[in-house]
Amino acid sequence: MAEASYPEDLRYHPEHDWARIEGDEAVLGITWYAQDALGEVVFFDPPDVGTEVSKDSPYAEVESVKAVSDVVAPLSGEVTAVNGDLADAPEAINADPYGAGWMVRIRMSDPAEAEALMDAAAYGASLEDGS
Amino acid sequence: MNGPGPATETPQQADRARTIYEKSVPGRRAAQLPEDGGGPSLDELIPSKLLREEPPGLPEVSEPEIVRHYNRLSRRNYDLDTGLYPLGSCTMKYNPRLNERVAALPGYAGLHPASDDGDVQGALELMYLLEGALAEVCGLPHVSLQPSAGSQGELAGLLLTRAYHDDRGRSPGKVLTPDTAHGTNPASVAMAGYEAVKVATDPNGGVDLDDLKAKLDDDVACLMLTNPNTLGLFDENIAEIASLVHEVDGLLYYDGANLNAIMGLARPGDMGFDIVHVNLHKSFSQPHGGGGPGSGPIAVSEAVEPFLPVPRVVRSGSEEDPVFELDHDRPLSIGRLRGFQGNFGVFVRSYAYILSLGGDGLKEASTRAVLNANYLKRRLADGRAGKYLPIGFDRPCMHEFVLSGAPLKKELGLKTLDLAKRLLDHGFHPPTVYFPQLVDEAVMVEPVETESVETLDAFADAIEEILEEAERDPSIAADAPYTTPVRRLDEVRATREPVLRQPVGSSA
Repeated sequence: MAEASYPEDLRYHPEHDWARIEGDEAVLGITWYAQDALGEVVFFDPPDVGTEVSKDSPYAEVESVKAVSDVVAPLSGEVTAVNGDLADAPEAINADPYGAGWMVRIRMSDPAEAEALMDAAAYGASLEDGS
Repeated sequence: MNGPGPATETPQQADRARTIYEKSVPGRRAAQLPEDGGGPSLDELIPSKLLREEPPGLPEVSEPEIVRHYNRLSRRNYDLDTGLYPLGSCTMKYNPRLNERVAALPGYAGLHPASDDGDVQGALELMYLLEGALAEVCGLPHVSLQPSAGSQGELAGLLLTRAYHDDRGRSPGKVLTPDTAHGTNPASVAMAGYEAVKVATDPNGGVDLDDLKAKLDDDVACLMLTNPNTLGLFDENIAEIASLVHEVDGLLYYDGANLNAIMGLARPGDMGFDIVHVNLHKSFSQPHGGGGPGSGPIAVSEAVEPFLPVPRVVRSGSEEDPVFELDHDRPLSIGRLRGFQGNFGVFVRSYAYILSLGGDGLKEASTRAVLNANYLKRRLADGRAGKYLPIGFDRPCMHEFVLSGAPLKKELGLKTLDLAKRLLDHGFHPPTVYFPQLVDEAVMVEPVETESVETLDAFADAIEEILEEAERDPSIAADAPYTTPVRRLDEVRATREPVLRQPVGSSA
């Protein structure tokens, strides 16, 4: 687990999830803060491809040595791919939360929702406030 | 023992645990059995296709080897007879030896569960009287002793909830649980076929009434609450919460995990609860945490009573010459939850505990549990603990309290887990860590009523020493423990690559 980082090109949800917008699709995962708070992740339970996820609702579960937690969708849409590598190597969520630790790819049903998400500066400031 | 750890192994650490199987030598025996028992042969008793072809791989050791093996293992253990066990939400209290003596009386210990009612009148009477005592503590008229764990009590309560609504021709689908709830609550909800919906916590540490109102509708079957809750805080809005839930025809369920805080002081029934489960292994002196079987009796209101599990213990006959029977003829009952009547030895211990303390004694147990928690909370508000481990919700607590290790992590780079591990080197079992989840880096402490002020002071001093040491050199706690039979365990690897079986004849 490297230093805390919040890349500028991502959008952030207050439940510590990120979205990388790519056209009408988005890649979703959890933030550095989330993986640090969870501790070492030992299991990732993804949704099936084709599942509809909705903004602010859980779409997957992560289990760490501390607890099992819901992963909340920052955007709504249909799951078009899941990161199958996490089944054998969930530790990628800790080691590289914005890269190899990505969780799902969705086709957005309401791209305008992204405007309500925070940019990196606003998310970083929300963490300073003690979320 | 309090300085940095020794560079070399302690004798206990060097004494690698060998399993009883690794000590096995063919032909070695602890007892001699007659070669021919004189009875019928196995072939006559059991169909040959069900008989083993080879003897089972049991360890072969002498009697002193067996005694030494298990005595050695027991000395590597930490338990309530060794010292403080401040796990929050567990009520790991000392269980008086008197109750063990009573439970071991031959009339109780030798009972056969299939006995006729007429042959076990004393046992049925004890169950009847224990039900009455629990009904009094809970403030609800009817009790069933059948559920044999807190989790089974929860499931029973939810099955009763469903039966209650079915009987009224309703089929609501949701059960509300606060975000401070024990994990078993939503799990029981799912198991009973309901949808679990979380209710938020307000800044005061209680149920967020606005969020509750927003989520209450005709589809809510029940609200499950612990009061005091998992933060150790009494929810002062309980009367309003109860009337809000009852307005939508929902039931109010009380998780008895924290009953140890209010026995004889406040009664869930008086607060408006309809169904309560009691953990006899938490509040009523049954050893637990590997120390013995549990028991999760449920107490219910008149409206829920017709649905209680069968059989019920009923009393008839005259005042001077009562007769106790098991009543199976209850058409609206949710049925049986288990074979026979429950973990009977638990009932004996709990009833002995209740009788030996009496009503005033139970009340004093609760007031002392609350006093001990508030004393320790106040001690830890000073010095370095106050700086690195502030209280999550700062108001008078009940039987437990929750600190946040967030400043410890930020200032010194140490996790709550490191503090917990370093406490082991000071001879203390750590408190509960990382629960409840709404407190960052949570440290949850429940000292219980049986601990002396000297023990509480020693625990507070140990935390202060650890924090003082961590200011000088955080790496000491980060690598703790040093003096325990095994050093820090690799929890991640144990979870990712669990080894659940060891083949006979192999080495650990």
